[in-house]
Amino acid sequence: MNQLENRNAYMGLAGRMSKKRRRNVTLTIVFLMLLGAFIYCASKGFVLGTYEIRILRLCGVYSIAALSMNLVNGFTGQFSLGQAGFMAMGAYVTSLLIIPAAQKAAIYYVHPIVPWLKDVQIPFLFALLIGGLVSALCAFLIGFPVLRLRGDYLAIATLGFSEIIRIILTNAIPVTNGSLGLKNIPNTANLWWTTIVTAVVIIFLLRMMKTSYGRAFKAIRDDDIAAEAMGISLFKHKMIAFVIGGFLAGISGGLLGSVVGAITPNYFRFTLAYEILLIVVLGGMGSITGSVIGACIVTIAKEKLRFLDAGMNLGFVKIPPIDGMRMLVFSLLLMIIILFYRRGLFGSREFSWNGLFRIIRRIGAWFGRLFRRRGHPEGGADA
Amino acid sequence: MMILIPTWDTFLQAVANGLTLGSLYALVAIGYTMVYGILRLINFAHGDIFMMSMYFAFYMISIFYLPWYVAFLIVIVATGLLGILIERAAYKPLREAPRISLLISSIGVSFLLENFAVVAFSGIQRQYPSIPFFQNVISLGSVRVQRLSIFVPIIMAVLVVGLLFLVNYTKTGMAMRAASRDFETAKVMGININRVISMTFLIGSVLAAVGAMMWGMKYPQIQPYVGVMPGLKCFIAAVIGGIGNIKGAVIGALILGMLEILITLFFPGLSGYKDAIAFIALIVILLVRPTGLLGEKQAEKV
Repeated sequence: MNQLENRNAYMGLAGRMSKKRRRNVTLTIVFLMLLGAFIYCASKGFVLGTYEIRILRLCGVYSIAALSMNLVNGFTGQFSLGQAGFMAMGAYVTSLLIIPAAQKAAIYYVHPIVPWLKDVQIPFLFALLIGGLVSALCAFLIGFPVLRLRGDYLAIATLGFSEIIRIILTNAIPVTNGSLGLKNIPNTANLWWTTIVTAVVIIFLLRMMKTSYGRAFKAIRDDDIAAEAMGISLFKHKMIAFVIGGFLAGISGGLLGSVVGAITPNYFRFTLAYEILLIVVLGGMGSITGSVIGACIVTIAKEKLRFLDAGMNLGFVKIPPIDGMRMLVFSLLLMIIILFYRRGLFGSREFSWNGLFRIIRRIGAWFGRLFRRRGHPEGGADA
Repeated sequence: MMILIPTWDTFLQAVANGLTLGSLYALVAIGYTMVYGILRLINFAHGDIFMMSMYFAFYMISIFYLPWYVAFLIVIVATGLLGILIERAAYKPLREAPRISLLISSIGVSFLLENFAVVAFSGIQRQYPSIPFFQNVISLGSVRVQRLSIFVPIIMAVLVVGLLFLVNYTKTGMAMRAASRDFETAKVMGININRVISMTFLIGSVLAAVGAMMWGMKYPQIQPYVGVMPGLKCFIAAVIGGIGNIKGAVIGALILGMLEILITLFFPGLSGYKDAIAFIALIVILLVRPTGLLGEKQAEKV
């Protein structure tokens, strides 16, 4: 009897679960279709202008960069600040592989380009992948000495290596055109490209965090000594996270080059790493959803706050244009988050439809209580 | 790669330069090593405190036309206060937080100071004022150097001796050593830990201010990011000498300064990569002797 009841309860639960699951799958499909329709309309120029589309493309690029940093810093707990260097590597390799041969002569007008790069031009997808792989290789080589360091030493060493990559890019003039940078990079990475690559990266990371590797990363983050005692090879797993992080940063750099059209070594200063850190901290260290939403918020805000740099006319007082005001606001934002909302928007939680419905129900219940109280000012239900 | 064989005079000149640069690094590196010793924090903002005091000096001398000795006094006080302010505002609220938050906070302060400098002092490069008293050239035998090159090591040595006396023979110094040995126990023993930490930041910032003012005379182009590279290098110098150890920081800084000047002297082709030397030195020292030259071995706490 008891057993039967249990079984019925179990069946009931399973039935409910599957109903919920069906709802979630439907919602996901509907969401993806809406997203596809939106991108289609946007790329045909129905809803958004090129300027807005460019911002959305940058959202994708920064999402991938933030995810790359989050994988190493948030999930594996290794505080690396080298993302800017890996992005630079990816951006340069990808751009050099997709700029048409005819353009290269015009770009390298001071120093001619090395002959073996002169006539290279390959499809964007392969260039992007090669850019990512070269960055991953850099991460692998850097990782050997660096990943033996712990915590804050790692931060300094990775920051240093990222600066070294920038110094090399500035000095290797026959290959990189030095501080003049690269121009006329083909604008291949449209909204489809950035969105689909971002989606692939998100799905890859979500699945990866469910494998033994993902769990090992989190174990190392929570307590590296305990993790080692459990038989997790620290070096191997840190290296895997670091190399994948390098790969993703390279991909985001490659997309970035194609979106902005012109890059110089100074674009990839350590301040870029700080900006990505701002995104990761805002979204929540250890949350994939957080990184993506943080990237969108910061990228859009960065564009929308341009008026701060341009100066304002408040009617009674005129504020002169001040260069850098926008970044000052962002650095203040980073300080406020770290001092008062240390967990960021999402903490280490992820988005789920169930969570969304829970929140909606809670808000609904709150409104319900509010209106009931309004309806019976003398007490009524409460009394 | 080309190896340049310098003449004896050029070599001596370079050694003098290396000594000066190393002494400047030492003044900044002490701030890193003291803060790390107590809070176990790489104070990323230290390089930007250094930058701020260069701007303070620039404004005092070039804009307000104060005589340099008055200006330097004001700069030292202002920078010390800035250091304490930063500690109170950005690090004190996070005392119970995980160390990673503290690190992010220091990066945030660094970012904030840089952007503040861009807004307040503008991003364009400024020329640090020249002070003839320090910059007149004198001859030592066949070597001609600025007077600065002799003053800087002497000033550094005097300050370091004073600091070592303070740390080793006064009550405040004893509290500092206790706090860096064991933070929690020091607190239990009735040491006012907040006072000790403020004192540490004050000393670090004041030394950084002295370093910055001399640095400005030697490398007169200043812009808001001028403190970043020296900052990173000085932290590396502190690591080379053994983090938490004041004498170690000085030795590490002298080695690093000398190394940088001599390598660019012998291999002029590498001068574009001069900033990379420090990072390579960091990797080498951490692989060969992770505790640094004078560091004590620390057991890993579980």
